[in-house]
Amino acid sequence: MSEKIIQMKNVNKWFDDFHVLKDIDLNVESKQKIVVCGPSGSGKSTLIRCINRLEEHQKGSIIVDGTELSENTKNIEKIRAEVGMVFQQFNLFPHLSILDNCTLAPIWVKKMAKKDAENLAMQQLEQVQIADQSQKFPGQLSGGQQQRCAIARALCMKPKIMLFDEPTSALDPEMIKEVLDAMVNLAKAGMTMIVVTHEMGFAKEVADEVIFMDEGMIIEKASTKEFFANPKSDRTKLFLSQIL
Amino acid sequence: MKKINFLKPDNNNLSFFLILGTLFFILGITDFSLNNFLDKNITFFLPRYINFFTPLIFGVIGLHFIRIEFSGIKQLEILNKNINTNNFNAAFSLFIIFLLIFCIPPLLNWFIFDANISGNTKEACTGSGACWVYIKVWFNRFMYGMYPNAEQWRVNLSFTIVLAFVGIGFFMPAKYRKYLTFYYTIFLPIISFLLIYYLISGGSFGLVWVETGAWGGLSLTFIVSFFCLIFCFPIGMMLALGRRSDLPAIKYSSLSFIEFWRGVPLITVLFMSAVMFPMFLPDGTYMDKLIRVIIAITLFEAAYVAEVIRGGLQALPRGQYDAAKSLGMGYWKLHLLVILPQALKLVIPGIANTFLALVKDTPLILVVGLLELAGMLGIAKTNPEWLGFSMEGYVFAAMIFWIICYSMSRYSQNLEIKYKTDR
Repeated sequence: MSEKIIQMKNVNKWFDDFHVLKDIDLNVESKQKIVVCGPSGSGKSTLIRCINRLEEHQKGSIIVDGTELSENTKNIEKIRAEVGMVFQQFNLFPHLSILDNCTLAPIWVKKMAKKDAENLAMQQLEQVQIADQSQKFPGQLSGGQQQRCAIARALCMKPKIMLFDEPTSALDPEMIKEVLDAMVNLAKAGMTMIVVTHEMGFAKEVADEVIFMDEGMIIEKASTKEFFANPKSDRTKLFLSQIL
Repeated sequence: MKKINFLKPDNNNLSFFLILGTLFFILGITDFSLNNFLDKNITFFLPRYINFFTPLIFGVIGLHFIRIEFSGIKQLEILNKNINTNNFNAAFSLFIIFLLIFCIPPLLNWFIFDANISGNTKEACTGSGACWVYIKVWFNRFMYGMYPNAEQWRVNLSFTIVLAFVGIGFFMPAKYRKYLTFYYTIFLPIISFLLIYYLISGGSFGLVWVETGAWGGLSLTFIVSFFCLIFCFPIGMMLALGRRSDLPAIKYSSLSFIEFWRGVPLITVLFMSAVMFPMFLPDGTYMDKLIRVIIAITLFEAAYVAEVIRGGLQALPRGQYDAAKSLGMGYWKLHLLVILPQALKLVIPGIANTFLALVKDTPLILVVGLLELAGMLGIAKTNPEWLGFSMEGYVFAAMIFWIICYSMSRYSQNLEIKYKTDR
């Protein structure tokens, strides 16, 4: 049994009166790949945004890599530097070139030398196959290229965990594959990944566990095989029947 | 000749329509010009209310005849496309042409042909046009105010040095580019202040001391605008960030500061800085009037700049904050590296707007007795030797301000293009 890199105990979150997350318990082991699925508004995104504290939880505890998430800003910045995140809308910095997007955080947050940061960035861009675009600006790239750049940007921080928040939902169908390929490669390299997605093919291929969420609760958590072969709850069956 | 339809000029009778149209058009222009300049009315036989519109009617008919599609004549097509697409457009174009004919000759007469520029006294102005002699004689005062003539080289020298330093920034080698912000926001203001303090103000190094009350004219406009522009920008930026802060103390102090300065007229602020502020100072301390005025205008404009920048901050999608945070950036890194560069780029037009307003607000400092360009005009026009030339003075000041503001506006447009990256 490898170490537990994320431990969420009894996590609750409210947006004003709206109870988004209800008593979430989740343990993620190092190098595990977890896919989170569920209908929209079920709290999937909020769940993974809580892991690097883009959202605050109001009750319970979240421990990431041995550090508890609390008001302490130093802890939060430390955790964020270790947890990479890829967003649905890419969120590249439009005023910087692709290369600068990738080197910005290593240089300023990790205090890396510019040369080293650039080498690292080119290496990561090579991995996702957009090294030749490195001097362009995000606005000049296609959606798929932008998302791959976003993955490279997150990887440049050498994170221990990668969070993916619906990375393919804003893409044209023919671009989804290139992004998924990049993610599959990353999974094969042994990264700890939590992926919110509707791409069940991807889930089947790489996930160790699949979590099904609805109305802020984890309805079902099972190994991938189990999840698709014989889901236990009716809600999961209904969801799978609609999406597959 | 083929069948002619006067309502629908077509290609078949091209030359006929062209000649007819041109004739009508020329008739319209001639009618208008004769009416205006020679007081001759060639259509006197018509009723008065039609008579008044005859130039326009002739012109529109003329333009109607030459509005021929696919004529094959390039110039005609360009003309039709730009000023003659339909009857309304034709009438509007004619109206503008008439307006130009109406305005330009008298203006040219006043500015150039009937104007006087030679000579040194009021008597030299004999023409009916502008008396540029007045500007010539008073030019020194308009530029330097009451600054002693013998010492004016000091003002010139200071301005030249500052300009040179600004120029160096432009041609800085790429190696030192990263210090450019520091250079412009910290180094340049300090250099300028030292120059003004030691060179223009004087009092040491064997230079005669010239009190700020004697400074004036365009040089004072530049001094006030320069310092206000340089200081109000960073202060406004801090206020904008402060207003969006999560810390209540910072948020509400920024908010009340902004709302206070936005709610008070500039003229009141200037009066307060000149009259009331010294009362609050402890006995024996003294702050120069010019410095007080510069501080007052700076704080006043900073509030406006803050609101403009806040607009830019709010226009950025939340994803930019999320992305920067998820990379481990703290508050300052997030804002300095990601948010502000984008927000400031968005608000270049708004900032330029505020800065132009600032430059044009500087004449208001005359209410506290500082006489910059417009203030000096007030002195000059009440001089008994030179009564009755206020028009020339104001036109001159307007031209100077227009040149300053237009170049600023052009510069801001250049910046917009320079920092444009496709989204």
